[in-house]
Amino acid sequence: MNLHEYQGKLLFAQYNLPVSKGEVIFSANDAIEACNKIGGSKWVVKAQVHAGGRGKAGGVELIESPDQAVEFSKKWLGKRLITYQTDKEGQLVNSILIEECTEIAKELYLSAVIDRDSQQIVFIGSSEGGVNIEDVAKNSPEKIIYKGIDSNNSNIEDNAISIAKVLKLNDGQTKQFIPMIQNLFQLFIEKDLSLLEINPLVITEQGNLHCLDAKINIDANALYRQPDIREMHDETQEDPQEVEAAKSDLSYVSLDGNIGCMVNGAGLAMGTMDTIKFFGGNPANFLDVGGTATQERVTKAFKIILKDPEVKVVLVNIFGGIVRCDLIAEGVVAAIKEVNVDIPVVVRLEGNNAVLGAKILSDADIEIQSINNLTDAAKKAVELAE
Amino acid sequence: MSILVNKDTRLLVQGFTGSQGTLHSEQAIEYGTNIVGGVTPGKGGQKHLNKPVFNTVEEAMKEVKPNASIIFVPAKFCKDSILEAAESGIKLIICITEGVPTLDMLEVKKRVDNLGVRLIGPNCPGVITPGETKLGIMPGSIHKPGSIGIISRSGTLTYEAVKQTTDLGFGQSSCVGIGGDPIPGSSFIDILKLFENDVQTKAIVMVGEIGGNAEEAAAEYILNNVSKPVISYIAGQTAPAGKRMGHAGAIIAGGKGTAEDKIKKLKECGVHVADNLVSIGAKVDEVLNS
Repeated sequence: MNLHEYQGKLLFAQYNLPVSKGEVIFSANDAIEACNKIGGSKWVVKAQVHAGGRGKAGGVELIESPDQAVEFSKKWLGKRLITYQTDKEGQLVNSILIEECTEIAKELYLSAVIDRDSQQIVFIGSSEGGVNIEDVAKNSPEKIIYKGIDSNNSNIEDNAISIAKVLKLNDGQTKQFIPMIQNLFQLFIEKDLSLLEINPLVITEQGNLHCLDAKINIDANALYRQPDIREMHDETQEDPQEVEAAKSDLSYVSLDGNIGCMVNGAGLAMGTMDTIKFFGGNPANFLDVGGTATQERVTKAFKIILKDPEVKVVLVNIFGGIVRCDLIAEGVVAAIKEVNVDIPVVVRLEGNNAVLGAKILSDADIEIQSINNLTDAAKKAVELAE
Repeated sequence: MSILVNKDTRLLVQGFTGSQGTLHSEQAIEYGTNIVGGVTPGKGGQKHLNKPVFNTVEEAMKEVKPNASIIFVPAKFCKDSILEAAESGIKLIICITEGVPTLDMLEVKKRVDNLGVRLIGPNCPGVITPGETKLGIMPGSIHKPGSIGIISRSGTLTYEAVKQTTDLGFGQSSCVGIGGDPIPGSSFIDILKLFENDVQTKAIVMVGEIGGNAEEAAAEYILNNVSKPVISYIAGQTAPAGKRMGHAGAIIAGGKGTAEDKIKKLKECGVHVADNLVSIGAKVDEVLNS
């Protein structure tokens, strides 16, 4: 689960990390009061969306009067911001973060992730901040340092010093940097983060370290023990169909093809999409209906798939596992009737009692193409979608 | 021969009396698995599916001497259940449950490694040695004793590979689902090592998917350490970047972990790559009969 920048900075502040004085507003009416509360004569206004690249897209501005904050808020609140990281629809702007202006001497990069290879939390630092770190990794890898933290954190101070060297921090800044890394590590562990990125981490004109941005991703599997963070969830930043699917415990991702897919298991769902593509078709979605393909779940899945007007045919691919195929077939038939599916449906059932399942499908008084072989089923779906 | 489990495996079921534990234990017993008991805290002393229930793994160790455990407890209790089993002396633990927090797994992985315990999963279908024993949730009927070792990050994709190798008459020595999470208990390499040393296994099928670089690491390992033919399929060739495809592990971030990169690396390392899900069996046939 992603957090907004302002939410990330609230967490940073809780962990004594240096962030700008700021106020978040949800209405242009509150802009002037927010600026006055922050004080000063220059502010930065930042549209809050779950995507990077906001500056280039016009979602971040430097302003010199509270009236400009009102103007900016009116321009963006309720609108969609399109950046190179969003899709063509962009992301809805619900809130604006207004901050005091920071005088920047230098921009750096700092992040932390769970590294699968070394199986530890790894900090990544670079003297090149404010830019796309993947470009730095490609073009000047010597400017990036990776340091893993032991499970007992015994090496955290040494690692902080090593990173500080690559960031070319002076002694005073290094003294600020060590507790910063310690606090970020604490935050990472205590709040179940899966990613944390400060881009840029800056050195101010006064020579101090300062977190100018905050990108935080929380491990969705750990939300049960992070009630405060669960509250921060902003579902307007996600695809509405994906949100609805998630409520029914279905995993759905919309794609741009016209063959709807309903599959049990994430791996097989990806494999089915690949198979469709292999035979010249285009999948409209990824949908994992889960291990137990009950009638209720299949019904819900059909409803979600059919909301996409591009879908011309639905390919159901269920590997029956423990659940018997005849039961799944009955569920599929009942679901198609209930949802009133009016486009062709190709069903491939495999596993326990597959033959009986196929018979139920072909005997049903509705139009279903029951094909036991995945190759033929995928080819049929591609043909019907043309 | 086979790997990890065989007819002598004495299985303890953690989360035995829950709905998942019950369903899959019944299926396993039917398949011939020797379940010696189960653990459900607070239900010790009862009988379930005609097997003894214990409050703790330690008690079960004393009474029924299991040498493997399978875990069906809810995700939030998995860390404690795995560590309880590991610290009680069980050397093979299979965690079926999905949704275990990644930070829990970081801690668990360190501890089980230090204790010399082999952990499979979490978020996996388990392990089966066809015709002997089944420690997992896979449908027993599609398997057949034979010569192909199968390793996979995904449940139903494993079944697909199993079905194809059964249909072509090869059968399987053992099948291991390592799970789709970012920090799995066992890696492809851990299991490749076991199959390489297993005389029954003539060829290995490795089913991978997008995300991470476990397949690339496995490819390097195969090049230098595996003499048996390895056939691979990578799912997610059409998945868009940055989208999480169900499995926590299946996400392409920053251009890393794409199917294209993985396939290229596998081919460079001498692995036979099936270009399509439906041609895994045919590829095995081509490699073994050419």
